[in-house]
Amino acid sequence: MGLFILRRLGVMLLTTLCLTFVVFWLTNLQPNLEKLAKTQGNMRMTDEQVTSWLETRGYARPALVKYGEWLGVVPGWRYDAPDGSVQARCLTEGASIETAPRYCGILQGEWGYSTVFREDVSKIIGIRLGLTAKLMFWVMVLMVPSALILGVLAGMREGSRTDRTLSTISITTTATPEYVSGVILIAVFASSAVGLKWFKGTATSAMEDANFGNFFLPVLTIALYGMGYIARMTRASMAEVMTAQYIRTARLKGVSFRDIVMKHALRNALIAPFTVIMLQFPWLLNGVVIVETLFNYKGFGWTLVQAAGNNDIELLLGVSVVSVIVVLVTQLISDIGYVYLNPRISVS
Amino acid sequence: MKEPYDGPILEIDDLSISFFTRLREIPAVMDFSVKVQPGEAVGLVGESGCGKSTVALGVMRDLGRNGRIVGGTVKFKGRDMSSLSADELRHIRGNEIAMIYQEPMASLNPAMRIGQQLTEVPMLHEGISETQARARALEVVADVKLPDPERILKSYPHQLSGGQQQRIVIAMALMSKPALLILDEPTTALDVTVEASIVELVKDLGRKYGTSMLFISHNLGLVLETCDRICVMYSGEAVERGSIEDVFDTMQHPYTQALFRSIPLPSADKNARPLVAIPGNFPLPHERPQGCNFGPRCDYFEAGRCDAGHIPMFDVPGNERHASRCVKFAEIDWTAPPAIGETHSKGEIGKVILRMDSLKKYYEVAANALFGGQKKVVKANETLTFEARESETLAIVGESGCGKSTFAKVLMGLETATDGEILLDGRNIEQIPIESRDTKTIADVQMVFQNPFDTLNPSMTVGRQIIRALEIFGVGQSEAERRSRMLELLDLVKLPREFANRMPRQLSGGQKQRVGIARAFAGDARIVVADEPVSALDVSVQAAVTDLLMEIQREHRTTLLFISHDLSIVRYLSDRVMVMYLGHVVELGQTAQVFAPPYHPYTEALLSAVPIADTSINKKHIVLEGDVPSAMNPPPGCPFQTRCRWKERVPGTLCETEVPPMRQLAEGHQVKCHLSAEEFASMEPVIEMRTADA
Repeated sequence: MGLFILRRLGVMLLTTLCLTFVVFWLTNLQPNLEKLAKTQGNMRMTDEQVTSWLETRGYARPALVKYGEWLGVVPGWRYDAPDGSVQARCLTEGASIETAPRYCGILQGEWGYSTVFREDVSKIIGIRLGLTAKLMFWVMVLMVPSALILGVLAGMREGSRTDRTLSTISITTTATPEYVSGVILIAVFASSAVGLKWFKGTATSAMEDANFGNFFLPVLTIALYGMGYIARMTRASMAEVMTAQYIRTARLKGVSFRDIVMKHALRNALIAPFTVIMLQFPWLLNGVVIVETLFNYKGFGWTLVQAAGNNDIELLLGVSVVSVIVVLVTQLISDIGYVYLNPRISVS
Repeated sequence: MKEPYDGPILEIDDLSISFFTRLREIPAVMDFSVKVQPGEAVGLVGESGCGKSTVALGVMRDLGRNGRIVGGTVKFKGRDMSSLSADELRHIRGNEIAMIYQEPMASLNPAMRIGQQLTEVPMLHEGISETQARARALEVVADVKLPDPERILKSYPHQLSGGQQQRIVIAMALMSKPALLILDEPTTALDVTVEASIVELVKDLGRKYGTSMLFISHNLGLVLETCDRICVMYSGEAVERGSIEDVFDTMQHPYTQALFRSIPLPSADKNARPLVAIPGNFPLPHERPQGCNFGPRCDYFEAGRCDAGHIPMFDVPGNERHASRCVKFAEIDWTAPPAIGETHSKGEIGKVILRMDSLKKYYEVAANALFGGQKKVVKANETLTFEARESETLAIVGESGCGKSTFAKVLMGLETATDGEILLDGRNIEQIPIESRDTKTIADVQMVFQNPFDTLNPSMTVGRQIIRALEIFGVGQSEAERRSRMLELLDLVKLPREFANRMPRQLSGGQKQRVGIARAFAGDARIVVADEPVSALDVSVQAAVTDLLMEIQREHRTTLLFISHDLSIVRYLSDRVMVMYLGHVVELGQTAQVFAPPYHPYTEALLSAVPIADTSINKKHIVLEGDVPSAMNPPPGCPFQTRCRWKERVPGTLCETEVPPMRQLAEGHQVKCHLSAEEFASMEPVIEMRTADA
């Protein structure tokens, strides 16, 4: 098992490298850099000025070298201006070129500097990720149990009235994207349009002090979308298991219906949805972007929108790296959990 | 808990079961009656779709949402099952009536340990503690002769072999010492030698616990070995009921007679006494004829009498426990020998077409597909040497995992050989994969597959599929020419020409297999590998398909490589037999040589394991211990040494250390064994016909 995890970690590292390189290359395309020069420098720069701006700041070099610098495996660039002043990647405010380190990249903990927030990328990501984790945690707490209960109840007697009702509900919630359900929920429960002012329409205050009133709506909006999907998968899996021959064996052994569901069917039925639940994490990141913007909750998704909208390359890169790692780690957990649930799969 | 009771354990009286679909009511079982006395084993025999499993589920009252008992009663120990409440019913299931199923793997819960699944039964019904239940489980697991019960209880179903799984299912059924055991085709999914040991076990346990049994099977031989009484079913009705001797020796229904004439008994011979196939097809439940269901296929059919109306069961005079559902049973002369159909002269066997020389096929199996790891070698075929001649039928016999399918794959070019040679007309083809074989070679070597249900494209008409094969083999210049050739091929396999425009789903299993045969012969194949071509078909259809293959072979002088595990059919149709075990050819010879002593010890066990539906046959019982070893980890020395009963007669540790050489016992008869010539000479025949006066 240890070896298996080690190998998976190796594959993860490789995937991370590939994916971040793609993001790096895309954000470092020439037109994007020119736009950067103009927003950072002066909107009316001439083409020559743009070129020299890019050169003095180390942008006008091959993408692979720049990527290496960003990673921290290639020495940072250094630009000796004709007037004798020196600029370098690793030169921080107030430090001299002699004491500056040679390498400064992700590996050295230097995530770069955000041009939008005027702050270190690592610091921004740390704070924002924490906020989003809080949101995600409550989404999971709400979504997973209710989805599983819904799915199991629907699937244990396929075609019954319970099944049809619950299936209709789950199809409706999956078919409604967050930007629709979010708006409807705000209109119904938080605005004066209906008048039920039970919850708050904005979650900004929940960043410091989350309570039921200001946090329930964003959590519900994300959870609803994922819930229908997981419930559908659980239902299908449960319905299939209930027709399996070993369920008939159990029935003809004289096991009661409740025990058939709880002891014989449940574990087998949960194998398939488990992977789906884990796959939901990356999907939830999607929803987070919309919901955080909608409810003005300044988390990870909101940061991503800000970075992308303002051409903040380093921040964007940082956000991508973290997203990739989140996705890959959930996959690893899903694989390990699968082995645990399904005794037929062995990794040794 | 269980009251003593001394009437019949199970009384089924005029039971009718129907399934309700949106279109119509489909009667699955009609007026079915049977009685099971304490300690008695009753066999329920019939082809698939005749309603025998429905009877079993009807007894258990587990017919699903669409099924319903529409008439008659089922009495268990004198109590009417339909009057029971859900709780009472649950108390009977598993406690008083237990069931054993066809597919052991599917009927065990994959995510629960064996121990848990076993202990559940008594804990549920007798309310005993887990420790007590566990002690009981250990005892029962030992009873079903599984080694190391402690370890077995801790394993999951997938860690056991098929035979072991079926023993666990049997153990589960016996956990609460039921009064009635229903066995629904308990050995159909298992190999013959495993089947023999399971049957032995069921018989022993039935005796030990005094359990009554309802044994459902399509295999007459198996019923003969296990049951006291038999009930033959056809299309939802019981057609004949009586003791084994009554039904097997003095049958009173035309269907029973036709069934016996269509199965290959040792007395049948493909040239002198060919099998008599039952004409026509099994009627679908909603297309049953008026009067006698078997009427349209019956030799004794008399219009006006047989199709007049409902036919009840008649008692055979002088034997109140023997009954037949035939209006004419008293008039038919049951002792008249079957009208001998066409007899054929034995085909002339021609020159050698195919030669295998020390063919080897090894597979390398990596421990982990993505990252490699330690490689294991599976030796699927080990030094195969034989030749096949024109117009000859060579049977390849062995249990699953013996390498017979691998050999077929290498011959077809789906895999390339690891070592050795395959010579087709003197040309080496062992290293040419099928993509690079020329059209002629591909057309020459063709295959008929085991499962006709999966090997036809479901969305293409039958004619189109044959024409497609013709296109690939480059037969015919134009579409019209190919079309007429396709129609000829349909004639060849005796299908009506209208079938060209039908979809595979509109055909029955036997008809689909005929299409498969037509496709194989599209390019005038000279070698046809038939991989269990009839094992998925019903008994009454098997004879017709076998006959067809023989007839085409006679006309086209085809070499037939007939892969099978069914020794009865092999004895009936093959000229030579090759017996394989764990990748090795252990015996090769003329059919008569292989089926008579001296045998290879494995052949001997195999012959003894095959059930024969003939009461005049005396068979020696040789039950092999354990399972076939894994090909990943074969035993050293002789592959069969772990299960061989002759091993101790070989001096020293020869069997454990050395692979025996191929020895010539007689002209054309080779055996791979260390036994001395004297030991071989002392072997007795396994199957003996009882003489009339004995």
